[in-house]
Amino acid sequence: MAARNAFDELWGTSRGRKAREGFESLAAWMAEISATELDRRQQAAEAAFRTLGITFSVYGEADAAERIIPFDIIPRIFSAGEWARLSEGLEQRVRAINAFIGDIYGERRIIADGIVPADIVLGNPSFCVQVSGARPPHGIYAHICGIDLVRTGADEFFVLEDNARTPSGVSYMLENREAMLRLCPELFDIFPVQAVDTYPDMLRDTLYSVAPKRVRDPVCVLLTPGHFNSAFYEHSFLADNMGIELVEGRDLEVDDDVVWMRTIEGRVRVDVIYRRIDDAFLDPLLFNRDSLLGVPGLMAAYLAGNVSLVNAPGTGIADDKAIYSYMPEIVRYYSGEEAKLPNVQTWRCREPEALQYTLDNLDSLVVKLVDGSGGYGMLVGPTASRDEIERFRAALKAEPHRYIAQPTLSLSTVPTVTEKGLIPRHVDFRPFVLSGADKVSIVPGGLTRVALREGSLVVNSSQGGGTKDSFILRERPEGEPAGSS
Amino acid sequence: MLSRTASNLYWIGRYMERTEFTTRLIEATIRLNSLTRDAQSNQAWRSALAVVGETKGFERSGENLSAFNVSRYLSLAEENSNSVRGCLNGARDNARAARNSLSREAWEAINRAWLSVSGRSSPGGAQAALNLVEAIKAETLGFEGAVARMLRSEGYWFLRLGSVIERADNTARLLDVKYYLLLPEGEQIGGALDRDQWTTILHTVSARTAYRHIYPDALKPWLIADLLIFRRELPRSLSASAAEAVQLLSDIGERTGRQGQADRLVRQRESKLLETDIRTVFQRGLHQYLQRFIRENAEIDQAIATQFRFG
Repeated sequence: MAARNAFDELWGTSRGRKAREGFESLAAWMAEISATELDRRQQAAEAAFRTLGITFSVYGEADAAERIIPFDIIPRIFSAGEWARLSEGLEQRVRAINAFIGDIYGERRIIADGIVPADIVLGNPSFCVQVSGARPPHGIYAHICGIDLVRTGADEFFVLEDNARTPSGVSYMLENREAMLRLCPELFDIFPVQAVDTYPDMLRDTLYSVAPKRVRDPVCVLLTPGHFNSAFYEHSFLADNMGIELVEGRDLEVDDDVVWMRTIEGRVRVDVIYRRIDDAFLDPLLFNRDSLLGVPGLMAAYLAGNVSLVNAPGTGIADDKAIYSYMPEIVRYYSGEEAKLPNVQTWRCREPEALQYTLDNLDSLVVKLVDGSGGYGMLVGPTASRDEIERFRAALKAEPHRYIAQPTLSLSTVPTVTEKGLIPRHVDFRPFVLSGADKVSIVPGGLTRVALREGSLVVNSSQGGGTKDSFILRERPEGEPAGSS
Repeated sequence: MLSRTASNLYWIGRYMERTEFTTRLIEATIRLNSLTRDAQSNQAWRSALAVVGETKGFERSGENLSAFNVSRYLSLAEENSNSVRGCLNGARDNARAARNSLSREAWEAINRAWLSVSGRSSPGGAQAALNLVEAIKAETLGFEGAVARMLRSEGYWFLRLGSVIERADNTARLLDVKYYLLLPEGEQIGGALDRDQWTTILHTVSARTAYRHIYPDALKPWLIADLLIFRRELPRSLSASAAEAVQLLSDIGERTGRQGQADRLVRQRESKLLETDIRTVFQRGLHQYLQRFIRENAEIDQAIATQFRFG
């Protein structure tokens, strides 16, 4: 269904006849390279990832131990112009997200003004009542956002999801680029690709900028659940590249509302914690009492203003899918402008009319849990079985407020290496937006996820998705020849 | 540096050293076994188990003592936490947790070594076992090379500290068991010299040619003991390991600005080694001497864990 009419990132709507303007040399490269050579490079990439140990585990699988995410060597390319427009929209959206979080944990003007209904915020399981009234150092909440974008046409980009808790995947962006530089160096001669390896420095600057104000040489650490976590590779990768300590909960202690880490030289005071642990596990005294991952007393230290948590606790409210449906209004409310990046049309099943519409059109819609992620708890109507549809129908009737529905989008495609040669597969894109004390910064790149199964629209790695490198091209200074091809 | 990270690194050092030692032991034992006139007695494999302190462990596994079974037990057995597989599991687990304190090359060497055993269930015959040994030796050498290129800071020092503590233990055990087997008590030292057996010892600590360079004499048991205990030129000797432990702890102390019980113990050990020679050792009894050394080494290990709050 979808693939046949989908917009292709390389071919546009020409169905393989004519490459989009500026991308002709990629088409030429693809035509020139033999299938055997592509296969060889593809395998070399996989071997390199395995040696590096860039692995992840899939929950609910018996041999959950260590699979690698499939990597595809045909890159996805953004022109300089496309990227400029996206960046503007991303910055606008993330600024609004931070303003929104600050508002609902503070004055709640947006509720008082009737833009967003009170119950959808205050009654939301993602609303963190424990931090209500608290203001983090510098007033930034979602320091790191991964905004999932999809594309359906030459100028049609949509935000599919805002990830404002602890978005992951940035290490794949960086390692995919390393792999491409090794395996397809010629592509970097053809295209003026912007570097992504500045990300660790940008992140480091962001972390240091949000330290509590009185500190002169802040100590930053990355808090991981430990090496059995599926994203541990990324945690260690980032800590290593930023030159900060990678700590587990047991390495930290809180004394008199101050956070310390245990070192061979005794205790060292900690000022900023880039935590890759969910809110619920941060502090057993305040949240999940059985959690061994967190640090008792951490929230008290945070509320006392003695430590910055990145992202701040409570940001989950902003990436809740029920709140998502209000994002265009939220952006307008705080920025005074129309959202530059539109939402995907969304039916809130808590509203009777929307529920009815959803129930009537289950076989053509995508239905999602408002608090689900990772592709779990999701119905893709057009490809679902009768059974699945009926299961969702029952669930929707029982708890309509837990669901939203969206049209099945014809996601754009990128040619991908398959057993039958280079064939278009659907992709999405996750850029990473950093909000520090004084600026918003976006590394020119992101994670392109690809649904490797034919016709599949689900790109999550836990559901058989893979990744690609994403080239963001530089503006060519006038007079420079367009590549060597 | 985090105390936990220091502990991870120390244990990576210990496990990788033990991996290499056990690998070399298997290699040397295969060699010895093929040279032995009475290969069926499996004496060589029996003593290999004794060297790594796994005689009882192997008995518990319920298998009969054969070259294949012991070689499997030492290399791949899941139930033996000291097998090459067990050591590499331990090294890799610690390496994953302390990933950011290892260079990429060091991590890759550990991971590759682990991958080379992770899919295997049987070492196969002597030739296949030797191939496996070669593969792992290459990775442990690669690991040492990668470590040698690391920044000289806490990460490097704790890795090396784990290595030298493990190394001292391994060499002492090897010498103790082999000497005891070859020269049962009461027998005249320098009596029945079984050249192949002695060569095996040197082989295990990669010192076959080293002996030739240091001593003009033919292989003599007490000179082999002298080499393995006192000669600093040999990196695996007790003396070299002891000296390196002193140096590493003092490097760490200089960085952290504090010293403790571990520093005192390693310095004591070193000065005792300097005051003793091989004649005195034999007069007092080699076995007793080595047993005490092994005990003191374990005390140093404990003192390190306490001093740096390994927890």
